[in-house]
Amino acid sequence: MNPINEVQDIWAYLQTTPLLWLMLTMMAYLVGFWCFEKVKRSPIVSPVAIAASFLGVIILITDTPYPVYFEGAQFVHFLLGPATVSLAIPLVANFPRVRRAAIPMLAALIASSATAIFAAIFIAQVMGASDEAIRSLIPKSVTTPIAMGISEQIGGLPSLTAGLVVLTGILGAIIVTPLMNHLGFRDWRARGFAVGVTSHGIGTARAFQVHEVAGVFAAVAMALNGLVTAFVVALFSQLL
Amino acid sequence: MTEILKAFTFLLGFQLLGTAAVMGIGVPIPGPVAGLLFLIGWLGMNAPRPKLLKETAQGLIAHLSLLFVPAAVGIVQHLDRLVLEGKILLTAVVVSTILALIVGALTFVVMVRLTGALPEGEELRS
Repeated sequence: MNPINEVQDIWAYLQTTPLLWLMLTMMAYLVGFWCFEKVKRSPIVSPVAIAASFLGVIILITDTPYPVYFEGAQFVHFLLGPATVSLAIPLVANFPRVRRAAIPMLAALIASSATAIFAAIFIAQVMGASDEAIRSLIPKSVTTPIAMGISEQIGGLPSLTAGLVVLTGILGAIIVTPLMNHLGFRDWRARGFAVGVTSHGIGTARAFQVHEVAGVFAAVAMALNGLVTAFVVALFSQLL
Repeated sequence: MTEILKAFTFLLGFQLLGTAAVMGIGVPIPGPVAGLLFLIGWLGMNAPRPKLLKETAQGLIAHLSLLFVPAAVGIVQHLDRLVLEGKILLTAVVVSTILALIVGALTFVVMVRLTGALPEGEELRS
């Protein structure tokens, strides 16, 4: 057999194994994280965005269907479950701090969540987006599994919603630090809470990288926003 | 190492508990979020826990953003729609996210003043 065929055969085999995509996912993230460290942890560089673009280009070039990629990446994806549960530990450690800010949190949750939803609907409508795109846009600030459920209930496209959720998360995580610094917000609780409401888990991951108090408030915000939005939508769809 | 395994198994156990409860009651929230609520209750009661639970949790949380990479790559499935309506969707996402961040932080800070829950110590950026 000639060597070129052999290389092609090996590639054809590897392309279908979870091993290759798992390894590339880890590697892409490490490259992204390395860039993040290189710029002294500047928020403008997002390890998730770098890793995802890198991997997106690879699977497009190699014509790999996303489900095949996910076969390997699912091992990383799966850890989101135990990681979500583990947020209980910093939450309980900071419980008095969280309880003391209960009223500001509740008010900020309602105001910020409503702004995220209605501003997006308004802009999309004015710019002439399709109806299903607008419906898919509504739950974009909610954590992925809840957002996909909501999207389905209100007549959006759950998979498009998943993409918009990620986009919102990455954008919020990149924008939050420069924006808050620029506007002079110094309260870590307010900064963390705002990014948790708007940018769910990706924003929370970012907040924990910046400061533990910000991370804790982001985690509370993410959980509350998911729970409240899910219940409000369930209530409304039953009334309608 | 055994202690880390114990802590990890403990976390998976709560995820399982949450998933089972959500299915049983039929509420529209993800199993891990219910597991998180159960674990808050458990830790709040000062119930026994694995020795390295805190360290294991810190390890998972420190690289939380890695765990979102597989889902983020999923955007490639929507390239055609992004080409079609990309500008609109992107504008809507960017503008509404910036507004929601500002409104969220501002409401929080105003309510802090009104309720007197002013930031103390570590809560304030130096």
